[in-house]
Amino acid sequence: MTTRIDRTFAAAKAANRPLLAAYVMGGDPDLATGQAIMNALPQAGADIIELGLPFSDPMADGVAIQMGGQRALKAGQTLRGVLGMVEEFRRKDETTPVVLMGYYNPIYSLGVDKFLTLAKEAGVDGLIIVDLPAEEDNELCIPALKAGLNFIRLTTPTTDDVRLPTVLENTSGFVYYVSMNGVTGAAIKSRGAVGEAVQRIKAHTDLPVIVGFGIKTADDAAEIGRHADGIAVGTVLVDAVGKSLVDGKATDKTVAAVRDLVADLAGGLKRSRA
Amino acid sequence: MDGTNSLRNGPDEHGRFGLYGGRFVAETLMPLILDLEKEYRAAKVDPAYQAEIKDLATHYTGRPSPLYYAERLSKHLGGAKVWFKREELNHTGSHKINNCLGQILLAKRMGKTRIIAETGAGQHGVATATVCAKFDLPCTIFMGATDVERQMPNVLRMKMLGAEVRPVTAGAGTLKDAMNEALRDWVTNVENTYYLIGTAAGPHPYPEMVRDFQSVIGTELKEQFRELEGKLPDAVVACVGGGSNAIGTFHAFLDDPEVAIYGAEAGGHGIEVENGHAASMTGGRPGVLHGNRTYLLQDKDGQILEGHSISAGLDYPGVGPEHSYLHDSKRVTYVPITDNEALEAFQLCTRMEGIIPALESAHGLAQVIKLAPTLGPDKSVVLCLSGRGDKDVESVGKYLGLLK
Repeated sequence: MTTRIDRTFAAAKAANRPLLAAYVMGGDPDLATGQAIMNALPQAGADIIELGLPFSDPMADGVAIQMGGQRALKAGQTLRGVLGMVEEFRRKDETTPVVLMGYYNPIYSLGVDKFLTLAKEAGVDGLIIVDLPAEEDNELCIPALKAGLNFIRLTTPTTDDVRLPTVLENTSGFVYYVSMNGVTGAAIKSRGAVGEAVQRIKAHTDLPVIVGFGIKTADDAAEIGRHADGIAVGTVLVDAVGKSLVDGKATDKTVAAVRDLVADLAGGLKRSRA
Repeated sequence: MDGTNSLRNGPDEHGRFGLYGGRFVAETLMPLILDLEKEYRAAKVDPAYQAEIKDLATHYTGRPSPLYYAERLSKHLGGAKVWFKREELNHTGSHKINNCLGQILLAKRMGKTRIIAETGAGQHGVATATVCAKFDLPCTIFMGATDVERQMPNVLRMKMLGAEVRPVTAGAGTLKDAMNEALRDWVTNVENTYYLIGTAAGPHPYPEMVRDFQSVIGTELKEQFRELEGKLPDAVVACVGGGSNAIGTFHAFLDDPEVAIYGAEAGGHGIEVENGHAASMTGGRPGVLHGNRTYLLQDKDGQILEGHSISAGLDYPGVGPEHSYLHDSKRVTYVPITDNEALEAFQLCTRMEGIIPALESAHGLAQVIKLAPTLGPDKSVVLCLSGRGDKDVESVGKYLGLLK
């Protein structure tokens, strides 16, 4: 059974290009604009959509994504609302993988089984849940795999060779390498070290590896894209939403701001293997 | 006591107390907390480490803390004899130092060169800044901006002790937000930084570790009471925010069913007021936050509520996982105490015993005030007087209209 995620990576590999995973917060800055942003991502050049689940206490996120989450929550976003966004998106797009990224409590609160059923029905492909390490695989990872959803794991610079097999054991879809010890949006310290780290992970798995955290510009994209199967970009996009607002409200520039930035990053990626 | 039926065996190897506890942290932190656990297991059985803790407890903290018979208050309440376990007489003015000394020695063993901590009322921040001064380690304390305001004396103490105090403006600017920010710092500086958690919550092994360091309270109390009265007390009472003084007081008595155990949660404006209290067990439901599964104040979508309490130390939407377990198993009775009940208890204690309690401890005392009159004069109730109220005189003065 090939999944949307598998097909997307296979296509990018065949074309010898790294792919772009674009993170936006589900329902930021308001529910309608958030939907419009999501819908615009594939055409702008995003190969995978990471849709943020807003949470009141995002402990691994920097200020930009914290604020995006707060805007979405203030606009009335809920976990069910984000699932509704995916459902809406799937009416017009059957091919772009959608991965939900967030924290465990809203899912636990809804109930794991119920959540997995709804997510599958909505057309979700995978999950990245920041506060569920391998040690807690029985909570959601194993049930998600049984339900046919990929559970994508973060690996970090602190995940050494001894620990990597544990982390990779139940990972599927792809591996998300967090380029630094830190929260989302901080600056990447050493680009060379990222390439080495990706090779280290690839020695343990056949899964594709994408690199995220700290990628901000088309040049970053071009550089990191050289070393990995793809890159993930989030903070700059959520920040672009924030900067487009007037008095906290979306403007006619909001969707375009994200779309242009994604197009720019996708352009940078195209250069990376040229 | 046969160990198999003991309530004192937790947590299991996964860091669980029944359903509660666990290690719900980002991957970046996982290798570190596994290391910490290993180091703690080694330290626990190392006689040199234990001897150093004992020596510091005696000569630095001033242990054992006295067990005091509050005679006037007992007569006034007209029921059981009321006793105070005087943790407020410890160096730095609360029970927090017990845990900080244990953990700072651990941080040294692990070769960490920088300490971070969160604080609500500032008692843990002061205790952390104190041990960092003594052991010559730089320290950064995260404190909600609201709490910085209402606990100014402790902010000044921390600064004088050499700590950097970082006010956190996110959310309501209280303990939860300070903990988020401390976790963000930790993820960023994990290589050299030790996170000195002050309450019996967070990812395994913190709840177990903090409980072990605080259990000296209940162990001493049990011995002191037996020496004075030749028996066990009939009830022990402590306030519960995250619950470190409470679990430290309760743990020695968990397997003594004849001892009733009460935890006083922050009832704020009243348990019926939505988001107007911080009583996570009486008014919340299980969820996952800050590394553990436990009772949490949350809305129907699983977003965490801010909660409210007059006491900065109890103003937290969660509670240590072992308390959640003891709540479900009904071994401990958790009761909400309102802001006003705590304020009344604060004044009564001050006027009748000449002891100014911390607002946190005043919540425990309010429960004692309810409980003692229902028991006969041959019964005894012991309160853990966890902290002194010097830090609160200004905010209480405002509430009472003593300040313009």
